[in-house]
This record gives sequence, structure tokens and C-alpha cells, in this order.
Amino acid sequence: MNIKKILPQLLTLLVVILIFGFFSYNAQVNMENRGITFGYGFLSQESSFDVQFSLIEYDGSHSYFRAYLVGLLNTILVSVIGIVFATIIGVVVGIARLSNNYLIERTAAVYVEFFRNIPLLLQIFFWYFAALRALPLPQDTEPMFGVFFLTIKGFFVPAFVWNNLDIFIYSIIAAVISIIFIRIYARKKQENEGIQTPVLSISIGLLIILPLLSFLFGGVGATVEVPVIKQLSQSGFTYEGGIKLPPELISLALALSLYTATFIAECVRAGVQGVSKGQKEAAASIGLTPNQVLKLVVMPQALRIIIPPTTNQYLNLTKNSSLAAAIAYPDLVLVFAGTALMQTGRAIEIVSITMLTYLSLSISISIFMNWYNKKIAIKEK
Amino acid sequence: MNKLNFLQPDKNNLSTYLYTGVFLVALSIFIVFLNSFFNKDLISFLPGTISFFLPLILGFIGLHLIRIDYSGMKFLDKVNKNINTNNFNAFLSLLIIFVIIKSLPPLLSWFIIDANIAGDSKDVCTGSGACWTYIKIWFNRFMYGMYPNAEQWRINLSFIALAFLGTIGFFATEKFKKYLTLYYVVVYPVIAFFFIFFFISGGPIFFDFSYGIIAAVISIIIGFFIPSKFKMYYFIIVPITLYILLKYVFFYEELIELGKLEALEWVETGAWGGLSLTFIVSFFCLIFCFPIGLFLSLGRRSDFPIIKYFSIGMIEFWRGVPLITVLFMSSVMFPMFLPEDMFIDKLVRVIIAISLFEAAYVAEVIRGGLQALPRGQYDAAKSLGMGYWKMHILVILPQALKLVIPGIANTFLALVKDTPLIFVVGLLEIVGMLNLAKTNPEWLGFAMEGYVFASVLFFIICYAMSKYSYNLEQKYKTER
Repeated sequence: MNIKKILPQLLTLLVVILIFGFFSYNAQVNMENRGITFGYGFLSQESSFDVQFSLIEYDGSHSYFRAYLVGLLNTILVSVIGIVFATIIGVVVGIARLSNNYLIERTAAVYVEFFRNIPLLLQIFFWYFAALRALPLPQDTEPMFGVFFLTIKGFFVPAFVWNNLDIFIYSIIAAVISIIFIRIYARKKQENEGIQTPVLSISIGLLIILPLLSFLFGGVGATVEVPVIKQLSQSGFTYEGGIKLPPELISLALALSLYTATFIAECVRAGVQGVSKGQKEAAASIGLTPNQVLKLVVMPQALRIIIPPTTNQYLNLTKNSSLAAAIAYPDLVLVFAGTALMQTGRAIEIVSITMLTYLSLSISISIFMNWYNKKIAIKEK
Repeated sequence: MNKLNFLQPDKNNLSTYLYTGVFLVALSIFIVFLNSFFNKDLISFLPGTISFFLPLILGFIGLHLIRIDYSGMKFLDKVNKNINTNNFNAFLSLLIIFVIIKSLPPLLSWFIIDANIAGDSKDVCTGSGACWTYIKIWFNRFMYGMYPNAEQWRINLSFIALAFLGTIGFFATEKFKKYLTLYYVVVYPVIAFFFIFFFISGGPIFFDFSYGIIAAVISIIIGFFIPSKFKMYYFIIVPITLYILLKYVFFYEELIELGKLEALEWVETGAWGGLSLTFIVSFFCLIFCFPIGLFLSLGRRSDFPIIKYFSIGMIEFWRGVPLITVLFMSSVMFPMFLPEDMFIDKLVRVIIAISLFEAAYVAEVIRGGLQALPRGQYDAAKSLGMGYWKMHILVILPQALKLVIPGIANTFLALVKDTPLIFVVGLLEIVGMLNLAKTNPEWLGFAMEGYVFASVLFFIICYAMSKYSYNLEQKYKTER
């Protein structure tokens, strides 16, 4: 150990400690002056504010912790919707960019260039304040397929009312478990005897047949509850029954998925292009059919390139969903770091909880990604 | 005459197939064209569903007929190869063409034909098209925010001067070429900082700026007569001394006098806004986040454990939280961490927050470049007896940064696209100004025009940046 090694480290440590000490000292003084004591006890207090859209039961009499949960669930909801649609659009556009059809390739390229070069916030505003405001009022809405109502007040879709829902869920779980066993069995059989089992068609069959059986014999039933228009006042109408998706959720999910899809499309394109031509030719030369080439040779290698950056994009989407605060979609930032902070004035506690939530989310995903990367990395000898 | 087989067109009856096919395709496009541009339905006598799909079916058959391999006609082969390789592709191509033809008239009429730009009040906007008058009236606000109209020349002048100073690299002679990096990395940002901070904000602080300029000019002129041996010391000592002398000895009285006379009106940062604020914020964050990110990336690969884990902590923390919460922190939490009498300007806080945030991303990008360099480069540099800094500055970083130009450009693009988020702290750049204008009672209902306008602006800026980065990447690409 020499001084040259220790000195810079000590200096860094000193500076960091000084800065932190300065900040925490000031925070203490400031809080004393304002008569606030630091602590997380406020989480169990009554929140006394309402949230417009919530997945769990919530009103003003619930605690701040419940409000936090409401915001968190709303964030997760919009992220999941966004991730699903972004993946679908992204994969389609990414494949379209590889098409040998000039028109398709150009259309996809224009889409990607256009949507990735416009700030996400602007897109959210565009959908919320400009596009969705052009929708008709509830009383003038033409139903889509008779049951969907797209109005200025939100998207009303029919809801399922289930009987014996638990049996239906058990049947799906049973199907999934049996599929896993069949896959293991098929792999063993192929390794031992070289005979392939049509796993995919069996799986799809199982997924359809088992729930169907539960409908026929398990007493599972579903009725559809269609939204019905209802007059509130002289000119105020709304729909009742079914599920209401508020316009904030729609515009946020739309903007998030259209924006993130452009990045996913580029990941998909890079992944498929990253598989060298020699691999395909080699696979074809040992007699694999084009489908087998795609399934056994190209896709496994392409996925290895595609999945890490795509997960990163999912993470970005989740973090970007915090822009919801700009259009008053009650997500974590708006409910907790907005309303709850205004009410309690506990800036340090609330901002730190909010940041920690996002931080733990992204760190756990990046730990998982590191593990996954190590697992799928090409094992070189 | 060979037998005609319409299911499998071949070369033998080329002209028959070709004429029929081209006729059918042209007919289908013509029908859609008439329908969409002149609102005339040629095939309205057919039942609804069929008349809706007929153009598609006609075009599809036509494309099928002209799909002849190796026809010998260059154009036909090209069309077949590009848009007509199989039935599915032909179908998609037709669909795209029809959608374009269908969507052109409404778009054109909204953007140009039915749009209004004349006049200077809302009343002229009666058509169904866009109301560009709204943009025209608010243009000043969208560009400069609440900055006083009479003072806007200062922003223009600063931007023009900075743009001019930025292009100096193209005029540099061979002798000065080696100083260009130093100029762009150190001198230019400092000049830019002075310009924006002192010139645009004005006020008494402006005198500092003018004294600085006078001191710099005088010392440069005298500098020509100083022997090169002492130049280094001269340029460190003399300008600062001159500046202090000017400020506190020679012009001190004048400053007090002039303070009453007012030289440049002081404009507080809260009044800055519009596109110029977008530029200011992105510019500063850009020049600050790069060096911070560089040091963080070096720190992450350092051998010193404390520095290493400090860097990892910084990077993972900023990368793990959304920017909006960082801005929340800078606006509501950060003042709690400062002594009560200490106040940091909103704009400065935002710039620090965004710079730290983007620096983490820059650090990860640069780390990618550092990791991509083969070990041999480090070993070779060390074997020449280079120390840590010499090795990195002369050998490692030039190669690593070259590799990560696209990644850095992407981060900078993300930065520019993130600037609208500063609405959280109440600063209104162009998107914020749009939202403000939208709620003005005299101009309700023009949200669409505003957002389209801003989208086009951002698209131009970001697209130009990405094309420029692509050029840079090609220029510095070296065979490895």
C-alpha cells in the first residue's frame, strides 16, 4: 500500500462525507425551523384525498400507505399495457423493416424515425389534449361492434361477470403445469431416441381443451355486462356497467407503446441482422427446412441479441410512465409525490420512498438481466 | 400462341399479361384516387362490401398477372423484386398505396388548403383546416417564452455569436488545428456560459461580463509581445488581475453610477422560455454531462475500491430513477438541504439535475467503449511507460470515444427530448408554452396546431442531430 493509492480514495470519501454532512445538517436545521420531525409514521395516517381511478378499493378514509399502493398499482397497470402493445408493435415493425418489400420497409422506417424523434411528453399531450378530445360525447357515440364505446370521457368496454372463476383459473394452471411436464418429457425423448414430439400443437390444444372442459363440467359460466348509457343531468351522459378506461390511461398507454415500440423495433432488427448469413446457410446445408432454420438456428441466436436491450426498453417504459403526472393520470408520482406531498409537506420522506420504489424496480430487473445474460452467453471453450 | 394460364403467368404471353395486369392495377388506383380526391364513387352501383373491396381485389389480380420472373423488362423486374415478390407482399403493397392515397386529401386540406394563416385574431379561422394564425401570433412566445420583446435581440445575438464561434474549427489554419480540441472542450463552453449567463440574463452582473471581455481583449493584445517562454504564466495571471483591477479599482465608481443608469435590463430566469430555453438547457446539460459521465466511467473501472463503488452507486442511482422524480427532488426536496439564506436559481438547479441524470447514461455508454478495447492497448501504453492519465488521454479515450459516437449521440438526443420535463419546476420551454397558450381564453381549441408545430420542430432538430452523428460515425470509422 502506498500513499498514491490511498490519498485519492480518502479525498473522495472526505468530499462525499462533507457534502452529505452539509446536506443533512441543513435538513435538520430546516426541519426544526418548520417544526417537522423526520419519520415515516405519517404513512398510517388518514389520507383524506380521493383518487379518480384506482384498481383497489380506496377513498379518503384510507391511509397514505394505501394511497401509495393505489399509485403503484396504477403505474404497474399502465406499464404492463404499454409493454404488451409496445412489444407487439415493435416486433411487427422490426420485421417489417427487414422486409424485401420496398414500400413496407419505407413505411416502417418512416414510422420509426418519426415517433422516436418527438419527445414522449409532447406525444402524450398530443393524444390527450388534441386527439382524444376530438372524440364524440357519450350520447353521440356510435358503438364499435355493438359493445365498445369510445367517447371523450373514456373507453367503455364490456366486463365479464364470472361464476366459479376459481375453477377456471385452476384449469388454466393445470394446463400450464402439464405443458411444462410435456416439454420436459419431449426433450428427454428427443435426447434419448431422437424422436420429436409436436410440443407446440399439444400445448395449444391443452390450453384450449382444459378451460373448455371447465366450462362444460365445472360449472364455470361467464356473462357479459355491456355498458349502458345513462343520463346524469340535462346534457350530461355517461355509461354504466362494464369497465371504464379513462382517457388519461388510454393516451398514456398509446403514447408509451408507440414511442417505445420504435426502440424495440430497432432492437429486433439489429438482432435478426446480427445472425450471420453463414449460420442460415450452414443450417440449410444440413437439411433443415426453412421453418426449422428459423426456429432452431436463427431465433435462438437473434433472441440472445434482442432480449437484453429490449428489457432495457421495458425498464425505460416503466420509468417513462411517470410522465403520467403531466396529464393527471393517478400514478405513483402524481398520487404520492404530488398530492400526498402537498398534503403532508414531507418532501424528504415522500420523494425518497418514490425514488426507492423505482430504484428497487430497476435494480432488481438489472440483476435479473445480468444473471440471464450470463446464462445465455455463448459458452466458449 | 401459347395457352393462357392466368394462375401462372409466364414469359411466353408477356404482353397479354402485362397489359391486363397494368390495366387492372391502374384501374384500381384510379378508382381509389377518384374516390378520395374528388369524392366520386365509380363503383357505387355494387353492394357495399364488394364496392369497398373491389379496388383491392382488382389490384391484387393485376399484380398477380404482372409477376413474371425474368421478363427481360428492367422496370418490371424492379417492381416485381421490390413490391411484388409474392401474393402477401402484393397485398400489403396495395394496402399501403391505398392508405396513402386515401389519407392525402384530408391531410392536405387540414395542413394547407383549408388552413388559415392571414389575419391576427381567432376570427379568421373559420375553415375546417388548421389555424396557423394561432402559431403566427404566438410565435414569439413559443420561441422566447415570457422574455421581454424589446430584449429578444440579446437571445438572437448570443445564439448567432455562439453558432459563429462554433464553426471556427472550419476556418482554423494548420497551425491552430492542434488546439481545436482544447478550444471545443474548455474554451467554447466557458464562452457560451458567459454569454448566456451574463448577456441573456443581464442586470448588474452584466458589468462583470463586459469587464471580462475588456480584460481578455487587452491581455490578448499584450500577449503578442510576451516571449513564448512566459506565455503560459502570463495568460493565467494577467487576465484575472486585469479583471479584478477593472472591477474594483478603475470602474468601481462607474459601476455604482451606471447601476442607476442601467445598461442591460435584468431578466429573471423564470421569464426565459420557449424554444430558446430548450436550446439553453440542452446545451448546458450537454456540455456538463459529458465530462461528468467520462469521469464516472473511468471511476467505475478504477482499481481503487472506494472510487469504484462510489461511481457504481452514482451511476446506478441516477439510471434507476425517472427524470421526473429527479426534477421533483430538485424542486421540493433540494431546498431543504440548503442553508436557509442560500438560494440557487431554478434554472441552475434543473441544469444540474439533468446533467447528473444524463451523465450516468453517458458513463455507461463510454464504459461500453472502454470495455470493447482489447487489453493489448492498455498493455502497450503501459509498456511505453505511460502513467494512468497519459495512457487514457493519448491512447485509450480517443479510441474508445470513437467507438461510442452513436451511443453518445443517442444519449444527447434523449437529453434534448427530455427537456420538456422541466415544466415540473415551472419553467416553460416550448411544450410548456404550448400548454399555456392552449388555455388562453381567447385562443381555445387550437391544441392540435400547437402540438403539430412543436412536433415538426423537434423532429427537425432530432433528425438533424441523428443524421449528423451518423456522419461523424462514418468520418471517424477506422479499420480495426
